[in-house]
Amino acid sequence: MSAAGRTGAPVPLAIWVLLLLAPFWLGPVGGYTALGTRVLVLGLAAMSLNLLLGFTGVLSFGHAAWFGLGAYGAGLALKFVALSTPLALLLGTLTGGLAGALLGALIVHRRGIYFAMVTIAFGQVFYYIAYRWNSLTGGDDGLRGFARQDITLGPWHLDIAGNGTAFYYFVLTCFAVAVGLMALLLRSPFGRTLLAIRENERRARFLGIPVELHIWIAFALSCVFISFAGALYALLNNFADPNNLHYSLSGDLVIMAVLGGMRSFWGPLLGAAVFVVLQDYVSSLTTNWMSFVGLLFVLVVLFFPRGLLGILRRQGTA
Amino acid sequence: MITPDTAGRIGRRSILATAAAAAVAPLGSPFIIAARGETPLRIGMVDPLTGVYAAPARNEVMGAQLAVARINAAGGLLGRQVELLVEDSANDVGTGVQKARKLIERDHVDFMIGDVNSAVAQAIAQVTAENKVLHVVSGGHTDTITGKDCHWNVYRVCNTTRMEANAVSEVLFRKYGRKWHFITPDYAFGHTLQTAIEANLKRLGGIETGAELTPLGTSDFSPYLIKARAANPNVLILLVQGQDMVNCLKQIVQFGINRQIPVAGTQQELESLEGLPPDARIGTWMFEWYWNQPGVPHLPEFVADIRRVNGGKVPTARHWFGYTSVMTFALVAAQEKTTDAVKLAHALGGFELPPEVKLQPNRVTYRAGDHQLMLSAFIGSAQAHGGADPEDLFKMDQVVAGDSVAPPVADTGCTLTWPT
Amino acid sequence: MTQLLLFNVTNGLIIGAFYVLMALGLSLIINLSGVINFAHGGFLALGGYLAFTLSPFLGFWGALLVSPLLTAALGLVLERLLIRRLYGRDPLYSLLLTFGLAFIFEDATRFVWGAQGLPVTIPDFLGQPLSPDLFFITWYRLFMVGVVAVSVGGLFLLLRHTRLGIRIRAGTLDLETVSTLGVNVGRLRALNFGVGIFLAGLSGVLAGGQLGLDPTMGAGLLMPSFIAIIVGGVGSLPGTLVGGLLIGVASGVTAVFLPSASEAVMYVLMALVLLARPRGLLGEEGLMT
Repeated sequence: MSAAGRTGAPVPLAIWVLLLLAPFWLGPVGGYTALGTRVLVLGLAAMSLNLLLGFTGVLSFGHAAWFGLGAYGAGLALKFVALSTPLALLLGTLTGGLAGALLGALIVHRRGIYFAMVTIAFGQVFYYIAYRWNSLTGGDDGLRGFARQDITLGPWHLDIAGNGTAFYYFVLTCFAVAVGLMALLLRSPFGRTLLAIRENERRARFLGIPVELHIWIAFALSCVFISFAGALYALLNNFADPNNLHYSLSGDLVIMAVLGGMRSFWGPLLGAAVFVVLQDYVSSLTTNWMSFVGLLFVLVVLFFPRGLLGILRRQGTA
Repeated sequence: MITPDTAGRIGRRSILATAAAAAVAPLGSPFIIAARGETPLRIGMVDPLTGVYAAPARNEVMGAQLAVARINAAGGLLGRQVELLVEDSANDVGTGVQKARKLIERDHVDFMIGDVNSAVAQAIAQVTAENKVLHVVSGGHTDTITGKDCHWNVYRVCNTTRMEANAVSEVLFRKYGRKWHFITPDYAFGHTLQTAIEANLKRLGGIETGAELTPLGTSDFSPYLIKARAANPNVLILLVQGQDMVNCLKQIVQFGINRQIPVAGTQQELESLEGLPPDARIGTWMFEWYWNQPGVPHLPEFVADIRRVNGGKVPTARHWFGYTSVMTFALVAAQEKTTDAVKLAHALGGFELPPEVKLQPNRVTYRAGDHQLMLSAFIGSAQAHGGADPEDLFKMDQVVAGDSVAPPVADTGCTLTWPT
Repeated sequence: MTQLLLFNVTNGLIIGAFYVLMALGLSLIINLSGVINFAHGGFLALGGYLAFTLSPFLGFWGALLVSPLLTAALGLVLERLLIRRLYGRDPLYSLLLTFGLAFIFEDATRFVWGAQGLPVTIPDFLGQPLSPDLFFITWYRLFMVGVVAVSVGGLFLLLRHTRLGIRIRAGTLDLETVSTLGVNVGRLRALNFGVGIFLAGLSGVLAGGQLGLDPTMGAGLLMPSFIAIIVGGVGSLPGTLVGGLLIGVASGVTAVFLPSASEAVMYVLMALVLLARPRGLLGEEGLMT
């Protein structure tokens, strides 16, 4: 029930159609293209987190750190290395991915609450580095002075710098590649083993599975994917700022995964869509939007712990 | 749209009702009274209504709302009612950019205002420039906004750090002597401000006994204050802002350092003084705008109108920033009879604010070269208790004209590139 | 230089004492109920703001006592209505719930008391320095340390010698057994939660007197408490005490040499401790891994 594709063909198909046509239907329903791009980026981030949260059963509450590192990596690459969007994505992904892999090795023996606390605290390390290291990161002012670059492939020119719709499709392509890789990963024997660890860690250990190694690899991969999302986020805003690494964003990403359904592959994307749209909408209506977002957290935990897709599935099988 | 709590809850489409309720004095000539019923003219405003800058941001919004109410009460702008759409940037660049795009792409705003946070302001400026929307930065002070990173479509109401430095340096030198010690917030704003003051100090023949770089958000200033006191300067120059300013001043007074070394600095805000216990309201500062200026025309009406929507409290500089930002669009659009961003951006170069808006004695103009408003600096000292009014916490000594303290355009690093 | 260093060690201990107070409350709740209370900072701010509202009527001393009690009362209500439902479930859910509560707290505080910072008036004599030489130690700082010492002492006495305390400690080690012995675990957890929130409220009043009040104040003080707990070892209250003092001193000393790293040093310390002693300084094998 858990891995990609098992949800049956109609749901993924519907999702892809909706995503492909988003720039056309978003406007008429009161949205705007940049909102769609944001949903894609944060959805990808939540799905990356969910590799760990939903498919390995490990609670990381500091994943914004790797997201933010991806953003800074991409920004610094564009600013100091070369004016190339693909290179920025690559370097951003590597920055967060490597840092995540290193830290993962340090904390992979911890579980449960302890793991959550350590990930929150270490996540904040990178937040403070970004916040304090003025000369490199711009500190509180954020990293600016870079912009995403158009992509030219032979005779083919993609105007993603100036055209919001073109950029949306660029992000959608990146999203599709990343999500495809995730799906392959989860269907592989490695992905199956992660599920086994989630369901019963002790049994997996008795079966001779090197649990720590698996969790570490899952952690590192999850960091790689979320850094990629972070790099895309930097390109979306042409800016990276310390809030990209703050634990409050980690909390947002976790709630997206839970809200959509963390046991399903597409759940986090749905959760991200609902969360982003709701926050965007409510924060335009009232300055007290934080209470509504807080209330959403409380309601989800109390009434929808399996998430929206969890409910749908249960109704489907009932 | 959203409104600060203090102004009550107001629905998105009810701004017109607000205008009537505000019972404002009709404004005269600049606004053309004409037919209603057309689509309203929309001004987008992005400000951090939640987070650490919530207080100044909400005050800016209140000022902007007053401006809109006055314009509509006087018949609107270019024959259309004006609508202010306020969005919360939550002190986050990603959110701020998102909200700016929303206002431009979905709500099709004609003008944009924001943000208190310089980082968000710069990021929004990229978006407005990309989309050719005229933009006034209401409250972000980082020099680069009208310096190295200036844009053809971006004007700024509040001061640059160098203007602040130049406004107070000589006064402080004459008043306190030549040995200065700095308490500087450790980020770009603090660094540029300190550099600017250091240059002035050197020129005046003073010396610097040291500078304490304090991390943004410092709550315990004692390690820095110990070092500063040991250096035995003539004056302690505080460049920290907001909550850091409040904490630093409180601790200076608690430690009794102010009894040995006087305290002074550049920008001080009424929001900060009101957050301090009375005995910690000390020092020589500059205000970017002050509500109690005897003999300035139209000021009493402004103060009275703000008091009405602000729970009886007086306007701060932030109210005036918000008010002036909206009025800037209104005045220039009425003068040029268009909402075309490029034409209006050109027309704003050298544009002078009329007495109804500037609410201060000197000439106040937008400089054409870098799009910086040449507003006056109000220099004086903080006082523990107001005299006639409990909120009169600042004793103004002199008002310095903005164009006399702003560095020449050539030194700002701004090169404007206009769309072709 | 020696004097400067000596001062900063003293100062670090004072700040550390404050972290201890907040971290102990957090730690109590984690140990017995497995709930990481993200709303702890919200309760802290509430305690401070209540003191602001109450002190015109009760004076500073009255507010110092009453507002933590009121905060704890609200804590008990929220525990009963919301948090209780999550005991025994994946810690993810309590984490998310309290995370959401933290949002609501900040927003509600801003709604009720306004976005602008507020000063808390403390008695005049507390605002004075000890002596001209020791100008950096005000009576208020000393008073804070005193309050922390009394609270910590009281808490440890409570845990060691009262029936409630003994049950809490036993429950931390093995809740199931405690339950089969006929102890009402639900009530135990509620009381324990109340004590934790009382400490948060008390920290809030003390912090308000020192720093003033701000709707975002709680969030900023939450992270050092987390680190104090991790450094000391999750599951160990004495560990939290040591951890809090240690990071206070570490960040105080760093402020002399490299101010911009005064927060980062806490995290470095945490990383070192985790490398050398994966369960924290006083954490024990088998407890809260």
